[in-house]
Amino acid sequence: MPEGLLQSQAGFVHRLAGSMPVIQVENLHKTYDLGEVQVHALRGISLEVYPGEFVAIMGASGSGKSTFMNLIGCLDRPTRGRYLLDGQDVSEFSKIELAHIRNRKIGFVFQGFNLLSRTSALENVELPMIYSGISHQDRIERAREALRSVGLEGREEHHPSQLSGGQQQRVAIARALVNHPSLVVADEPTGNLDSRTSVEIMDIFQRLNAEQNITVLLVTHEPDIARYAKRIVLFRDGKIRRDSVVEDRLDASQTLLDLPAVEDDDEEA
Amino acid sequence: MDFSAVFRVALKALARNKLRTILTMLGIIIGVGAVICTVAIGEGASNAVQEQLRSLGDNMIFISAGSVNSHGVRMGSQATKTLTVEDAQAIGQIPFIKAVTPGVGTSVQVVYKDQNWYTSIRGNAPSYFEIREWPVVEGIPFSQRDVEAAANVCVLGQTIVENLFVDGENPIGKMIRIQNIPFRVIGVLARKGQSPWGHDEDDTIIAPYTTVQKKLAGISWIQYVMASATSVKTIPAAEQQIEALLRQRHHLRPNEDDDFIIRSTIDIANARAQSARILTLLLASIASVSLLVGGIGIMNIMLVSVTERTREIGVRMAVGATEDDVQMQFLSEAVVLSLLGGALGIVFGIFGSMLVSGMLHWPTLIPPQAIAIAVLFSAGVGVFFGYYPARKAARLDPIEALRYE
Repeated sequence: MPEGLLQSQAGFVHRLAGSMPVIQVENLHKTYDLGEVQVHALRGISLEVYPGEFVAIMGASGSGKSTFMNLIGCLDRPTRGRYLLDGQDVSEFSKIELAHIRNRKIGFVFQGFNLLSRTSALENVELPMIYSGISHQDRIERAREALRSVGLEGREEHHPSQLSGGQQQRVAIARALVNHPSLVVADEPTGNLDSRTSVEIMDIFQRLNAEQNITVLLVTHEPDIARYAKRIVLFRDGKIRRDSVVEDRLDASQTLLDLPAVEDDDEEA
Repeated sequence: MDFSAVFRVALKALARNKLRTILTMLGIIIGVGAVICTVAIGEGASNAVQEQLRSLGDNMIFISAGSVNSHGVRMGSQATKTLTVEDAQAIGQIPFIKAVTPGVGTSVQVVYKDQNWYTSIRGNAPSYFEIREWPVVEGIPFSQRDVEAAANVCVLGQTIVENLFVDGENPIGKMIRIQNIPFRVIGVLARKGQSPWGHDEDDTIIAPYTTVQKKLAGISWIQYVMASATSVKTIPAAEQQIEALLRQRHHLRPNEDDDFIIRSTIDIANARAQSARILTLLLASIASVSLLVGGIGIMNIMLVSVTERTREIGVRMAVGATEDDVQMQFLSEAVVLSLLGGALGIVFGIFGSMLVSGMLHWPTLIPPQAIAIAVLFSAGVGVFFGYYPARKAARLDPIEALRYE
């Protein structure tokens, strides 16, 4: 099937539903000025992502996908082009405005979990709410609720060092969700996990996406992981190479049933 | 974020590395402690000087006969013969003066039985005991009638009693010989101790000034006048009036120098307090160098902390911390660090000054302002030395910080 058709197909459904895209990117450019040389990391990206989508961003290292994610995550500003998040043009925002946008509209999940050490799971999840001025009582309530939603009830007081990699990543997901963001940006969330735990994490993302209609943008270089998403966007040389709907989508809960029991899977995959 | 939350977060961060926190605070603790200690010792010393000066007498003004300049040859002070009993009486009429005594003195050999002693005798009026606030503890002081009669009576200082009445004999009523003239001992003075100049105040005999003038010194004039002003505030006015009165009585022309010298405890106290203050300031500034070193220690540790926690800063920025939030966090850690150090330093300073007064028997006094200044100063050190590391943390690029290994 031709690529262009697929891309329009992906958006077509939502346009019919009349909803506004979460991400609307038009001709986005990012150039790093390294003194003598200029690195063109992004050379004109246009993309629309609608609420409830689950998009996997793929590409080799140097393809520009990390740069793109930094822009989508409002950690950086584009050199050229427009980026509308929830209909709001954030491409010209100041650093302070970007910090507020990150706080309210974006939830980050990182490869290395990036939890604060020697800090309980509950306090880690509280962190984004501290910067949105939510009262202590509400913070604790919402953090407990978020931890419950990722299956970590009873682990509130555990420190990251007392949790497994999968559990740490689930704390990070709870932290990403706690401020009810428009968009969850997950950067190689399974990169540091074994295959079974990876599937468990994808199961969480799939459930959040299906049950709570949370929009997920997932960066990965593993084709197996990308197949849990609904749509795959492939980057190469700072441009979108392919944008397609996942035909043979995997169901993480099903995969987990098919996997051998945990006891047998003790060794590193 | 409200202030108490910021404070709590800072405390928690510092509690994560207790040993490092304590070692960093040590600089501030020692600095503040040293400043408190030196100020306490300095204040204690100047307070002791004030106390001693108060012991000189009740708002005392001392007028001594001046030097005389005869054909270019200047004699020492108290060499003029122009100061008289009448001058003293005239001074007593000034409204700001509540008591006055003429004074003459000479050195004498005193003998009792087989003991003898070389000392000074002072001739004064009975008001001397009030002016100097120096009570007669045994027997009685001499009276105005004794003065008028030039009676051979005397009151002894404790040192004289100790040296003449060696076997604990009661000196009251005993006859002693002063320059071979018999005197009856009618009283003994309270122990006064050392004067601010280190002179033994108790090594003296007090007798009616008429007796000393006529029978011992052989002079008709007096050497000094001691007066007591009505209050500390009236001392300067009283001094001016005395000067004007004496110049007039001595018929001095405007271009002539005074033939007398007026001094008061205020003058002496001011001079003493000044030197004590300079000394305290000097010591405190030396001590505050260690505060500076402590501040540099804080800056050093905060810089290490910012580097160590680069990833944490990145995460905080990613979840919505602004530059100001991050700066506030690190600045408050530095301030909490230095304030805690300051508080402990105050405790150590108080403890240290108690130790000094206990072991070296130096008087110490901690003025409340010193504690307030110590608190403000340590907070200031925190802000000053915490600013740069906090700024550095706030300026981090979140992308770089998240990628930091």
